Amino acid sequence: MGQLFAVEVIYRGVFQKTLAKNITRDIVLAAHNEGKLGISFGRYGDAPERNGIPAKSFAIVANDEQTLEAGMAQYEPKQVDVTVVLDDTLCKGVESWAWYGLHPVHKALKPGHTLIVVSMEDAPTLLKNIHRREQPYKLGILKGEASFSGMWVYKDDHTDVRVLGAIAKALPGVFGFQSVEKFINEKLKSPAKVASARTDFDRFTTVDVKAGQGNPEELFKFTLPAWDHMRLGASVKGQPQGGPYKDPTTKEVGGFRPVRNELFKKYSTRTERPVVNFSTCTKCTLCWLNCPDASFDVTPEGTYDANLEACCGCGVCEDVCPVKDCVTMVSESEFQGNDSQYAAFKKDKDAYLKWLETTIQTAPSRKERSNGFRYRGQYQEQIPAALEIAKKG
Amino acid sequence: MATLTIDVEEKKKIEQEALITGAEAIAIACKLANVDVVTAYPIRPYDTVMQYISQLVADGEMDCEYIVAEGEHSQFEIVKHASVCGARVFCGSSGVGWMYAMEALTVSPALRVPMVCMVGNRALDDPGAFGVEHNDALAVRDLGWMLTWVDSAQEALDTALIAYRVAEDRRIFVPLAISCDGAFLTHSQALVQIPTAQQVKKFLPPYNRGDLLLHPDNVISVAPQVNEDWVTEIRRQNYKVTEVACDVIREVYADFEKTFGRKYGNPFFEEYMTEDADVVLLGMGTLSTPVRVAIRKMREAGKKVGFVRLRWFRPFAGPEIAKCLSRFKAIGVIDRDFSFGSPDLSGVVATEVRSAMYSSSPTRPPVIGFIGGLGGREVTVPDVETTTDIVFQAAKGKVQPLTQWIGLRG
Repeated sequence: MGQLFAVEVIYRGVFQKTLAKNITRDIVLAAHNEGKLGISFGRYGDAPERNGIPAKSFAIVANDEQTLEAGMAQYEPKQVDVTVVLDDTLCKGVESWAWYGLHPVHKALKPGHTLIVVSMEDAPTLLKNIHRREQPYKLGILKGEASFSGMWVYKDDHTDVRVLGAIAKALPGVFGFQSVEKFINEKLKSPAKVASARTDFDRFTTVDVKAGQGNPEELFKFTLPAWDHMRLGASVKGQPQGGPYKDPTTKEVGGFRPVRNELFKKYSTRTERPVVNFSTCTKCTLCWLNCPDASFDVTPEGTYDANLEACCGCGVCEDVCPVKDCVTMVSESEFQGNDSQYAAFKKDKDAYLKWLETTIQTAPSRKERSNGFRYRGQYQEQIPAALEIAKKG
Repeated sequence: MATLTIDVEEKKKIEQEALITGAEAIAIACKLANVDVVTAYPIRPYDTVMQYISQLVADGEMDCEYIVAEGEHSQFEIVKHASVCGARVFCGSSGVGWMYAMEALTVSPALRVPMVCMVGNRALDDPGAFGVEHNDALAVRDLGWMLTWVDSAQEALDTALIAYRVAEDRRIFVPLAISCDGAFLTHSQALVQIPTAQQVKKFLPPYNRGDLLLHPDNVISVAPQVNEDWVTEIRRQNYKVTEVACDVIREVYADFEKTFGRKYGNPFFEEYMTEDADVVLLGMGTLSTPVRVAIRKMREAGKKVGFVRLRWFRPFAGPEIAKCLSRFKAIGVIDRDFSFGSPDLSGVVATEVRSAMYSSSPTRPPVIGFIGGLGGREVTVPDVETTTDIVFQAAKGKVQPLTQWIGLRG
């Protein structure tokens, strides 16, 4: 048996589907320049046609057919040599559409191997979100904003080749930089892309992450039932309706909270979350009525608290809210955990409102509040800035 | 337009080896076969084929009528009519989409429509699932369709070309479905050799419907209502197809090998490490990957086990398969399907293999049926090892349950 290489790319559905596919394809083609064989594929259980859903794409490369076949003889690689994360908000974990639970981004990464994250943050900031694990690994940051485009359009901001450059450095066994260069020259035919790939190859560095370093959050664990312990008729037991609950500060009972499925919670599906100003809320009910996932709890005061274990971050609440800055969608990178905003508000109103004011300032304007393609000419405007970052690092 | 032409010309030159999915391979075969009418309706995993074909059309690489139907039933009705009018057609679906087209699927064999379809194998709802299961394509197994399973993108491309040649042979003239396992084949990109248009032209003559062409210059009426005084004879005509199908397939594979230089050996099944094997496993589709890996592993431990991958399910080359399997002490059939209430409660393939063995095998070794890999679950290398151990027990004369589930929770 020869050596088998596996690379996984973790990305956001729709916005990065083409990018992830290109990267894993390009890995196989670059390795093929060295006579290696390979396949690339997306994780089939994922639904990358869903906006923002965390998903995976893989490349498997080997020197000979039998080794490659051994790598193909499983649904997806259980162990990978490099994990690439294309959006740093995914550092909170991978929560596939075909819900397998929340998995740490480095779940499949071999001990001592490299996790590459596209991010403008530094390692200590990312490690607040990346879960700790027992085996050490290396963390390398590819300086850049997450490259988001649409399903049918592609923002060619060189993220694809920059990742290839970084992989050539992090995993020289799979391919050397010369093979990357040859691939870009022959298939992509872009000297500018060769330059971008080379820059990242030259400067890519990693920091050592020690065992136990990182986000201490304990991940929710569950076991799947045996066939003769499952309900019949492909049926799922419904939840009780729910009812009033206790105010976190006054202990007064009121409001309404639906009973939610304890086994099905939302974490990294969101790229943004609603931040609610409870002091300007007019209790109009629109966010609560329009939320497609019934994720708002009615507080004992009659305002609405986005329950973040149920919210998928779609932003409908922000769209329907008639009050200025009462519901604002803010990037997930600003937050850790799923704690109740209402509880924080009740605990210390002034502190909460101050936090709210600074937090919602980080949100882009409503017009730009989309990960996808909004208007013609958008990429022409965005790509120069991305290339500038690629150059400077 | 000038730029477009240059790009297309350049692409043609470099198109020799490409990194493509099984679905893309089928789309490229449609281009090479110069298909006239393609109908589409999205359902995963088949939909990747329609996406690739529409891209080929949009890029100016393929010229065909590309019709997005309002559902699978219309999709198959449209190609049925187009085929009767002399068009080379391509169609396809998956899972419940294929089932929704069922009425159109049942009428096509009797009308002698050589449509070529791709079934991206998918579990039948409910529960809604994307993953591979073979019951969708197998639903037409008794109706006069030809059914073949492939296990690589290369084989998908080659088989699509072979399929047109077989189906459009005047001795055949029935619909043919190529089954590609959802995910493992349809969505996985592998390196594929793409033949040139010239080679394909040499191999695949134009579709000639002759006197069955529905055309103002050839006035015929198709599909009248008949009574009991006609039906039996019409069925006998379709039966005749099954009598000659194996011979036609053999001819076409021989010619394929001559034209393209790629060898498939026995068209009906592929044998892997069977020469000295005591026992063999048998299955269809991409199951072959973990099975081959497991066999190599078990061979290292001295276990003489081989694998027979069934390519053609319809026609089912019964005597030939029985002759092959009679060489072994016991056989394990892995079904990625179910046939609830069947004899021995086995899957479809195990039941067919036992039937073939009863009539054509002098030795009749035990045939143990295994059901697994349903709904897209992987059949793991350890699963295959466990399965093989059971087959070895049967070979030693120890009675085993005739049907067992593998990879099951609980």
